[in-house]
Amino acid sequence: MTLLLTILIDGLTYASWLFIVALGLTLVFGILKILNVAHGSFYALGAYAAASLVGWFASMQLAPELSIVAMLLAAVAVAALVAPLCERGLLRVFYGRDEVLLVLVTFALFLILEDVTKLVWGVNPLYVSEPYMLFGTVDIGTLSYVGYDFILVLVAVVVGYGVWWGLNRTRIGKLVLAVIHSEEIASSMGVNVSRIYTLAFAAGIFLAALGGALTAPMISVQPGVSVGVIIVSFAVVIIGGLGSIPGAAVGALIVGIARSSAVHLMPVAELFSIYLVMAVVLMFRPEGIFQRIQARKI
Amino acid sequence: MKPLRTSGTVLRAAKALATASLITLGMHGSASAEDFKIGIVSFLSGQAADSFGVPAVNGAKVLIEAFNKGKAPAPYNKPGFGGMNIVPVYVDENGGATKQVQELRNLYDRENVDVVVGYVGSGDCLAVAPVAEEMKKMLVLYDCGTPRIFEEGSYKYVFRTAAHGAMDNVAAARYLKGRNFKVNTINLINQDYAWGHDSLKDFTLSMAVLYPEAKVQADQRPKFGAGQYGTEISQLMSQPADITHSSLWGGDLQAMILQSAPRGLFKKSQVVLTAADHVLVPLGEKMPEGVVLGARGAYGMLAPKSALNDWWWNLYQSQWNVYPVQAPYRMAQALMGLKLAVEKAMAANGGKKPSTEQIAAALAGSEWDAPGGRVKMALGDGHQAIQPTAIGRTKWDAAKKLVVLEDIQRFAAECVNPPANMKSEDWMKAGFPGAKCK
Repeated sequence: MTLLLTILIDGLTYASWLFIVALGLTLVFGILKILNVAHGSFYALGAYAAASLVGWFASMQLAPELSIVAMLLAAVAVAALVAPLCERGLLRVFYGRDEVLLVLVTFALFLILEDVTKLVWGVNPLYVSEPYMLFGTVDIGTLSYVGYDFILVLVAVVVGYGVWWGLNRTRIGKLVLAVIHSEEIASSMGVNVSRIYTLAFAAGIFLAALGGALTAPMISVQPGVSVGVIIVSFAVVIIGGLGSIPGAAVGALIVGIARSSAVHLMPVAELFSIYLVMAVVLMFRPEGIFQRIQARKI
Repeated sequence: MKPLRTSGTVLRAAKALATASLITLGMHGSASAEDFKIGIVSFLSGQAADSFGVPAVNGAKVLIEAFNKGKAPAPYNKPGFGGMNIVPVYVDENGGATKQVQELRNLYDRENVDVVVGYVGSGDCLAVAPVAEEMKKMLVLYDCGTPRIFEEGSYKYVFRTAAHGAMDNVAAARYLKGRNFKVNTINLINQDYAWGHDSLKDFTLSMAVLYPEAKVQADQRPKFGAGQYGTEISQLMSQPADITHSSLWGGDLQAMILQSAPRGLFKKSQVVLTAADHVLVPLGEKMPEGVVLGARGAYGMLAPKSALNDWWWNLYQSQWNVYPVQAPYRMAQALMGLKLAVEKAMAANGGKKPSTEQIAAALAGSEWDAPGGRVKMALGDGHQAIQPTAIGRTKWDAAKKLVVLEDIQRFAAECVNPPANMKSEDWMKAGFPGAKCK
């Protein structure tokens, strides 16, 4: 029973940050039909920006609690500054082309952003571990957990609900849904599709950057952090179904619990477990758990 | 037409940059007949850059400058290498073994370097060693830890001037025994690649000799660069062992410490870190106290007191504002050994620049004093070094605002390295026959 509880808690905390990042990936795909390989780079940018901003807040001797605000601001800054630049300056040129070409373009963007982060922040790791201890520790059974991990779970729930509410309960959300349904009809009805694309891309990038910013206090932020997260995020959205918000949530939970079970029961199969689950899901649901089969549009 | 004009501009800019780069390379890379050109390969980018590559290259820069100016203490006080000016060519190790093979060929064929000193990654070392041998060019491996290079191969032109990884774990196990730690259970957390696997194997083999009753409980092998260790920490803490062994390094190690210390891992289990001195400065006060810690040699805080070490420490610290840790120490001992070998070969060659064969013959089986102790090319037919090492325990020094190492135990090279006639694994399995521990 204790082992089961530990697996569930570890799976849930791992799934929380993964969900935030994967939600951005699935949002961008769902609306723009872009499989964004550079998503991990925006995660890294968020982590770097958060590390810098939290460090600056500390140097200004602001209250440690404000570091949470700094992390949020870092994610907003990445979404506001970098996302429009990439979407309007690069991706827009390739809209309407083959989806494979867009994948290659985002791969190029990934390589460019990797070097940009090195140019801006250098190759030395950055540390901002102070926020990690802001919420103390929580004892569950014989184990002690860091409160920050549970805050991440809470943030993931709020973010997931916020995105769902934004898409389904607001005017802009309805416009986005209209664009998803048919770009041409939405455009003929007066919807500014171009603006919707920019906003949607910025929202997706914000989520990637937020995931990076919230993870920064737990890790050393250094070149290469973008690679691991994009691979596992792809696994999440493939399991859940590309473009599906509930799919991202369930996919993140499945990956989190599969990984947690493997680490506790068979550590050598840690990586294998994620891809095994993915393979099993794809065998029975090739389109992902929450994606309905769609007729091809000619 | 606009994109075409842009492409043209980009192309022109690229050409201008390439020309400028060639001129720059020419300025730094040109060598006269009285120069001795060394290719220095280490991680200048990527995950190993901060912990290993950049500090090692920084060490090479200050040491080569001191050598060229003749400002190093005896026996390293002749300017350059026997009067020849040392010209370094720095190359980034990042990019994988295939790229390194090509870069090595470029260094020998295009840059015309006399010797290449380099390589942190064990995979890179295994890939480049046969290439240097095939080209009959001299290669000095200064850092990588895999014992396989000279235990599974024989070379004329390839050398390694640092002990292989078995030493770290034998020393850690001996430290635990020497300090009477009670060890009935062991947890392991090591990276899921060659270095991690070799380390856990060496440690468990050593512990099996010194603590035959001890049982391994958890064996965690997170992937390299995992970053998040919450689940692994839960598993290690759900069945806490008397000791928890880890060979994690760099960002992975720091992330593991930052995530596990608040959860009490370091209080529930005696943690043993075999390659961790480089995280002491960046972690500072966040480094838990009492951790048994090694540096893959008697380096940094573990270095023995000597005039040579004081000189080296001050030289590095005054230039880079941080004290040297294991990576620059290993670079220094490689360059010092090479310098003495070149000068010995030069003397035998009537004062003229020696050939590759003459330098190789001089370095094989040689011995020299380095800041971390005396290095002996005792294994692999005189091509693989052994050296003394030390293990200590961490303590935060509030006055110095520095993590220091206390309760240090030193081990002679022959105590923690296998003899010349045995492979390290066989030596450990046999119970360290022939070990001389005084």
